[in-house]
Amino acid sequence: MIAGINIYEILTLTSILFFIGVYGFFTRENLITVLLSIELILNAAAVNFVLINTYLYPDLLQGAIFSIFIIALAAAETALAIAIIINLYKLIYSVEVKDTETMKY
Amino acid sequence: MDFSYTILIPLIPLALFIVLGIFSKKIPPSISGWIGSLGLGTSFVLSWYTAYTYFLEGKLNGVYQTFIYKNTWLNFTDKLHIDMGVLIDPISVMMLVVVSTISFMVHLYSRGYMKGDDGYTRFFSYLALFSFSMFGLVLATNLFQIYIFWELVGASSFLLIGYYYTKPSAVAAAKKAFIVTRFADLGFLIGILVVSYYAGTFDFQEINNLQGSIITNWAATSFMGLSVFTWGLILIYMGGIGKSAMLPFHIWLPDAMEGPTPVSALIHAATMVVAGVYLVARLFPVYYFVEDGFALQIVAYIGAISSLVAAVIAITQTDIKRVLAFSTMSQIGYMMLALGVSKYDGHEGLGFMASMFHLFTHAMFKALLFLGAGSVIHAIHSNEMGDMGGLRKYMPITHITFLIAALSIAGFPGFAGFFSKDEILAAAFENNMLIYISSVFVAGLTAFYMFRLYFGIFWGQEKQYKHTPHESPWSMTIPMIFLAFMSIAGGYFHFSEYVTADHIPFKSHLDLPLAAIATSVGLIGIILAFVFYKKENNLPERFAHAFGVFYKWTYHKFYFDELYIFITKKVLFGVVGFSAAWFDKYIVDASMVGIGNVTVSISNKIKGLQSGKFQDYAMSFIGGGVVIAMVIFYLWIN
Repeated sequence: MIAGINIYEILTLTSILFFIGVYGFFTRENLITVLLSIELILNAAAVNFVLINTYLYPDLLQGAIFSIFIIALAAAETALAIAIIINLYKLIYSVEVKDTETMKY
Repeated sequence: MDFSYTILIPLIPLALFIVLGIFSKKIPPSISGWIGSLGLGTSFVLSWYTAYTYFLEGKLNGVYQTFIYKNTWLNFTDKLHIDMGVLIDPISVMMLVVVSTISFMVHLYSRGYMKGDDGYTRFFSYLALFSFSMFGLVLATNLFQIYIFWELVGASSFLLIGYYYTKPSAVAAAKKAFIVTRFADLGFLIGILVVSYYAGTFDFQEINNLQGSIITNWAATSFMGLSVFTWGLILIYMGGIGKSAMLPFHIWLPDAMEGPTPVSALIHAATMVVAGVYLVARLFPVYYFVEDGFALQIVAYIGAISSLVAAVIAITQTDIKRVLAFSTMSQIGYMMLALGVSKYDGHEGLGFMASMFHLFTHAMFKALLFLGAGSVIHAIHSNEMGDMGGLRKYMPITHITFLIAALSIAGFPGFAGFFSKDEILAAAFENNMLIYISSVFVAGLTAFYMFRLYFGIFWGQEKQYKHTPHESPWSMTIPMIFLAFMSIAGGYFHFSEYVTADHIPFKSHLDLPLAAIATSVGLIGIILAFVFYKKENNLPERFAHAFGVFYKWTYHKFYFDELYIFITKKVLFGVVGFSAAWFDKYIVDASMVGIGNVTVSISNKIKGLQSGKFQDYAMSFIGGGVVIAMVIFYLWIN
């Protein structure tokens, strides 16, 4: 618990972080930056876990442990996504979203 | 007395079928013929042993007992269950003897006749399958069992007619036989369902029970003016018409002669084609008592008409096997009419006994005639009478045995056919004058066409043969000699003391005046044939010319085949099939195609939604999620 800082203030911060991520996910044109946006969304969720654990249930640890899980998951997911992007680059020499639009009707 | 061993009689041929069928490529012909003959020989011995013990000791207080051994095969409910078993009573024992004897003889004969054929082992496995099915049919304890084996004999008949499957005419004949009999069996099946539904049982013993519900209570149900049971019995008889080649389902029998000749002897002369007679005899009490024998009247008239029409056609045919086929049809008509005019009790049941008697003797001499014809065909490689003549010098054994069989079927005194035919005529004379007159006429025709065949083959002018005809090997002549012996000795069995409608033996006597009439009519037929065909002359042509149109009609078998072709091709395929095809194409298919077209055009319009940009998809996903969340939120705060 951080003295002088309300839970709502931090929740506002994580919400802003989350929506920045969502906005980035929709608008970025480079696959790497799309991936960065996803990381922002995940981090917002991880901070929320720790926050709620600290403020509402100070005598428990589940929230903190869960956030570690999320970090591990995010690392794995990033590794996978990077692998996909590298393969895509080998195939079409581009990491632009607009170049991946061939899979349609 | 225990007759449960009779189950072996059908099971041995079944085992033969399986062994010979599975290893047909492995077993060499020299062995397979012996295996088949040996197996059927065992059935033959068992059948005769059964007949011996049954007719000697099967009586209790002067009545032949019925022995039944059965198991429930398919158990649906207490009432609806299908049994499998064996039923031993006078007619089934008599049929066992007939089937096993002819089958055994044909097996022996085929060893010579089929020698060198490619499918030798396959042929014997089919013969074993047929023997199994026929024994099963004969021993059936209930309507459903008889129906199963009825279809099995039909299937094995199909296989054997189409044995030379590289010959298009044989394939067509096999299909024709199967389809025609199958169509008739549709009636049989409906008949079985009707009778068993109203009787509440399939079992022959319960159906035939004189105190049972059908015979005492047939009037309780009615449909279109007749008892439901009468309709059922007529439909069951329809199956019999198909199998026994009665009018109007006889068209398959002449074509069935495409099969190997031993097969014609076994299936299409002696055993399978009399299944219809056996069926009526099996259900005889019901046929007789329900509706005062209305269905039995139909049996009698169809039998009489078929026997007359077939005998007339037989006169004009030139293919010797076809003459014999029509002769078979005519003689089966005899058996049918004898059953039809029969009554039930004691000496009144003469017709029933005469029918069974004729079935027995006919099986012997007609099988012999076919084997003789096979022997001739084997020697000169042709079915046509025009290619034969003067063969008596080359084939003495075939000649003598054929003569014995011909005399027997013509009803010459002292031969088997004389006795059985006399009983039939006596029964007809006592009950139905019209049928009697027609039968006597048919007796004359029979003698005429039989001796036309005999003189045409063995006398007359000698033809130019490719190589000198020679007598068939012993493997073929020995069965013929045995059957020739049976064609004489068969008449001296006192059938009325063994096989009767009510299982009570009675004494029958030769009716001398009637026998004299029949004999003289037969002799006239023989003498006419002698005058016409002993030496080549122009009498047959002149008479054929004198009869003109009638001769032409008869030669073309009264255009029955053409009538069926017209009905199937023009009416069924042309009208019904054509309109059904139109409906299928323009209604059924068109609606399906329309649905497809509509789907394609809609998808063409909306396919732009699938842009390939994953961010668009994510947007719709999130948007949908937001909308659902808002709806839930709205509902929640209310």
